Amino acid sequence: MPPKTATTIALGLLALGCAALSFFLGPAHIAPASLCHGLFSGQGIDAVIAREIRLPRAALALVVGAALGASGAALQGLFRNPLASPDVTGVTSCAGLGAVVALYFGFAALTPALLPGFAILGALASAAALFVLSRKGVGVMALVLAGVAISSLATALTALALSFAANPYAMSEMVLWMMGSLKDRTLSDLAYAAPLVIVGVALLLSCGRGLDALTLGEEAAQSLGVDVGGLRARVVLGVAMATGAATAAAGAVSFVGLVVPHLLRPFYGHSPARLILPSAMGGALLVTAADIVVRTVDPSEQLRLGVVTAMIGAPFFFWLILRLRREA
Amino acid sequence: MIAFENASAGYAERIALRGVSAVFEKGIVTGIVGPNGAGKTTLLRAALGLLPLMQGVIRIDGRPLPQWSREALARTIAYLPQGGEAHWPVLARDLVALGRLPHRDRDEGAIDAALQRADAAALAHRRTDELSAGERARVLFARALATQAPVLLADEPAAWLDPAHQLRLMALLREEAKRGTAVAVTLHDLALASRHCDALLVLHEGRVTSSGVPKAALSDETLASVFGIAAIRTADPAGGRALLIPWSLL
Repeated sequence: MPPKTATTIALGLLALGCAALSFFLGPAHIAPASLCHGLFSGQGIDAVIAREIRLPRAALALVVGAALGASGAALQGLFRNPLASPDVTGVTSCAGLGAVVALYFGFAALTPALLPGFAILGALASAAALFVLSRKGVGVMALVLAGVAISSLATALTALALSFAANPYAMSEMVLWMMGSLKDRTLSDLAYAAPLVIVGVALLLSCGRGLDALTLGEEAAQSLGVDVGGLRARVVLGVAMATGAATAAAGAVSFVGLVVPHLLRPFYGHSPARLILPSAMGGALLVTAADIVVRTVDPSEQLRLGVVTAMIGAPFFFWLILRLRREA
Repeated sequence: MIAFENASAGYAERIALRGVSAVFEKGIVTGIVGPNGAGKTTLLRAALGLLPLMQGVIRIDGRPLPQWSREALARTIAYLPQGGEAHWPVLARDLVALGRLPHRDRDEGAIDAALQRADAAALAHRRTDELSAGERARVLFARALATQAPVLLADEPAAWLDPAHQLRLMALLREEAKRGTAVAVTLHDLALASRHCDALLVLHEGRVTSSGVPKAALSDETLASVFGIAAIRTADPAGGRALLIPWSLL
């Protein structure tokens, strides 16, 4: 087995191990054996906890992390820029805005599919702005600044939407959307998020060849038979689906898409194609681990998932900018 | 191999090629020269199908360009863009392997052969961001060779190279032509072009001003009207090839 495949498998196993740990961990102290029994038999209070609380949470952490990791890897490949990621470019906050509009204005009550649908629309809107930028070919700074502008606008509109919402508690849920959380997620959240994320990530995986070719620049990629316009559209759609569904389920969990691909890149020979699947695994691992940390540090769960990822990610982002400036 | 028949093409703001007729033959190094903005790069981009024609036709192996599928064209024409770049610090060997993308394989034999021919075998396991400009140029050249295409188009491959690397590059291009490849290369250095190309195409404001063997293509009148310069002429002591050195402004 090539070492790269082994690394990917190890990341996947670690993520699954963390998910198992997350499944066994909770305020109700139940023996792992009874939880497993409850999960498979469906009988008793243990079954309710296993199936409706622990399983959705552990599985959603994997799904959300995989979506963000793969989206980050694909965006970095498309922009040929290690600063591009769904959060830095504002895709996550726009997806959050879409989800908030769907939830607090009754659309999600009409049919549950509208929640991820609106989030994906929000992600697509910001991705479209990036699409225009990437066609014109922008530098690192323009991309990051555009991301700041898009994010701030989306955040402001999210606050506006929440303050107009009929629900009196809407404003207090602002934090949830800004920082992300996996608290109190249900199987129905998992049921819409998982398929959309799988399709989105599969779409991104299919872009690998073209992203590798882009290492040589756009014209060389085109001369190698890559339809660069189609590639851009596929990456943007894949990112919007994966990030949109993940954000609808968990709010805006930041920096996973930035940090994970960057850390893994040297292990995969800096190839954008080889990096997508491992980034999905690594993202799943990071989000699951961060969710365990959140629950261990603060069992009352006032601490949000995104707080932990941002505390790792934001200093990293800063360090990355400093390093890129030195190189430039 | 590639024939331009009365081809015109351009961008939103300006027309860059005006009724160009020219041929890039197999087994020959064709040099494309002309002042800045003459349409040299546009000519290569049009041949690659990166720019639609407004008029005329480009035939590759006799077949009009629009009839070629994207991938078949990619296997037929290898392109070395200007100021070649590698955006990620990949290993040189992995960069060269990208030349196999049109074939959807990773033919290690073809990659080895390309590295050998580009004089870059020793660089295979180095990271591209740790190579000097000359080394990187050879690795990118190997990437183009790895496609094993019957046509090789190179845009300003000699720019940024020191004289020794320029000579080495031109020798490599000549070797490719000897294998039967149709090689076309844009150059700014008229001395280099007249010394190493079998045929020259002189472009000026999107039109072909003259063409043919270097001596005929770069006549004194052409040098004056197209480049606005005068040149000193001399003969290659070995082969008797006519050479020129751009000397003074007119």
